[in-house]
Amino acid sequence: MKPPKFMYCDPDSVEEAVALKSRYGHDSLVLAGGQSLMPMLNMRLANPDVLIDINRVAALQQITRDGDVLEVGAGVRQSVLESDPAVAAAVPLLGLAIPFIGHIENRHRGTVGGSIAHADAAAELPCAAVTLDATVVLHGTAGRREVAARDFFEGFMTNCCAPDELVVAVRFPVTPAASGSAFVEHARRQGDFALAASAAVVALDAERRFTSVAVGVAGIAATPVRATVVQDALIGQAATAENIAAAAAAIGDTVSSADDMHATGAYRRHLAVTVVKRAITAAVENAAAVERNGS
Amino acid sequence: MTSTENKYDTDTRTVTLRVNGREVTREVPTRLTLADFLRDDLDLVSVHLGCEHGVCGCCTVLLDGGSVRSCLMLAVQAVGHEVETVESLSADQNNLHPIQEAFAEEQGLQCGFCTPAMVLRTKEILADGQERSDDEVRDEISGILCRCTGYQNIINAVQNAGRKLRCGASGGCGTAGDEAKGA
Ligand SMILES: Cc1cc2nc3c(=O)[nH]c(=O)nc-3n(C[C@@H](O)[C@H](O)[C@H](O)COP(=O)(O)OP(=O)(O)OC[C@H]3O[C@@H](n4cnc5c(N)ncnc54)[C@H](O)[C@@H]3O)c2cc1C
Ligand code: FES
Ligand code: FES
Repeated sequence: MKPPKFMYCDPDSVEEAVALKSRYGHDSLVLAGGQSLMPMLNMRLANPDVLIDINRVAALQQITRDGDVLEVGAGVRQSVLESDPAVAAAVPLLGLAIPFIGHIENRHRGTVGGSIAHADAAAELPCAAVTLDATVVLHGTAGRREVAARDFFEGFMTNCCAPDELVVAVRFPVTPAASGSAFVEHARRQGDFALAASAAVVALDAERRFTSVAVGVAGIAATPVRATVVQDALIGQAATAENIAAAAAAIGDTVSSADDMHATGAYRRHLAVTVVKRAITAAVENAAAVERNGS
Repeated sequence: MTSTENKYDTDTRTVTLRVNGREVTREVPTRLTLADFLRDDLDLVSVHLGCEHGVCGCCTVLLDGGSVRSCLMLAVQAVGHEVETVESLSADQNNLHPIQEAFAEEQGLQCGFCTPAMVLRTKEILADGQERSDDEVRDEISGILCRCTGYQNIINAVQNAGRKLRCGASGGCGTAGDEAKGA
């Protein structure tokens, strides 16, 4: 239960980190918050020749508002994003989703970029990123490129980073003021990965009809998914309990994870429908509250 | 060999950090975890290793005031930071810190394996001076597992410690705290 030997590098600039990643490629791993990588090193499930610790790169730790986009550096701690009032105002879903990531002891170290790069299908931040149509910013030998979150996650624990690339930031579109956001999760114990989780961001017109609906689901397939069937069914419809329940039922058919040690496929389908229904319902309530408060 | 390799191609490093209020400098292997550094190099054996993969929370220490798993950090990553272990609270058993007193009074410790982590996490929880319900405390200490399952007493201990810290060592100030205790 001790990490193997590796060459430990702790660059203090993005340029140097990218240069190291370019030089060592597949033989290297980035160490961010260590909340997923350190267990893998301790258990010798990972055995990199080179460890590139990005914790000293101050440039990766910034949160900046750029017009309608909130850009969060890859090295920003999850607990910082969770409690920043400016973030809560710009993209409320983040503050609602992040408290479900492990425990505060993990979120004090765990980073935004690390969670995104790790690409766990049940993880909260990847689900939020896909729901919010966020963009992942990568930096490699060829320079900077941006990839839509829904294209970034390619499969189970797999992302589209090339061996010479780092995740340097995530760009979240600022949520329109009159929207309601919610995050609902079911896990067996507090702090565990979700068996199923759902994020929802909705807006309603004066007749309480859905004018926009974004729903993401985690834990039911190899990557976080957008519940497009549910979204399409609700647009233009009245935000009633019946309509939401009927639309949510459709997500059951898209659950692809079969029985595993945590849950049967049938139970996951049931949970998926339940969390989607609850997330949309809570987002509708949240939108109504936002309207009552006149913001 | 390039300059970068020269710079990083070493198996040990000299680290300087503050631990329990004192500056320490040691040469350590770069792959040494912070938990092993605290236990083996500094003899701070309150840092208990249960799982070594981030699940049990028994190795929790405060890093710049915030609780972290010391088994999931390298000692070299603590350079320039401030680490607190439970040894920082009181080395004298006749003059315990209010949180330690509260754990003793409420029977919040059984075998004691999780206790140093619980006490440190309690220090962080109570830093804002707010009162907390049972459910709130349960939520906030859920990151540390007590295999003796002393949870209700630990919750009582956290709340008792909160009263002591708000009201001075005697715990005998405002009625709010006394009512909560009597209830
Ligand atoms: C007890 C426990 C419970 C947890 N529960 C949850 C949970 O419920 N939900 C959840 O989402 N997570 C959970 N996690 C994991 C979460 O805490 C991690 O923070 C997260 O998965 C990884 O982020 P990190 O910054 O710690 O990355 P690290 O562990 O440092 O890295 C993770 C992976 O991403 C790569 N990587 C990191 N940063 C970059 C980058 N900038 N560019 C390219 N690659 C990079 C690393 O090389 C590594 O392969 C839990 C962890 C623990 C220990
Ligand atoms: S020993 Fe570190 S969390 Fe279990
Ligand atoms: S007192 Fe024994 S593990 Fe908690």
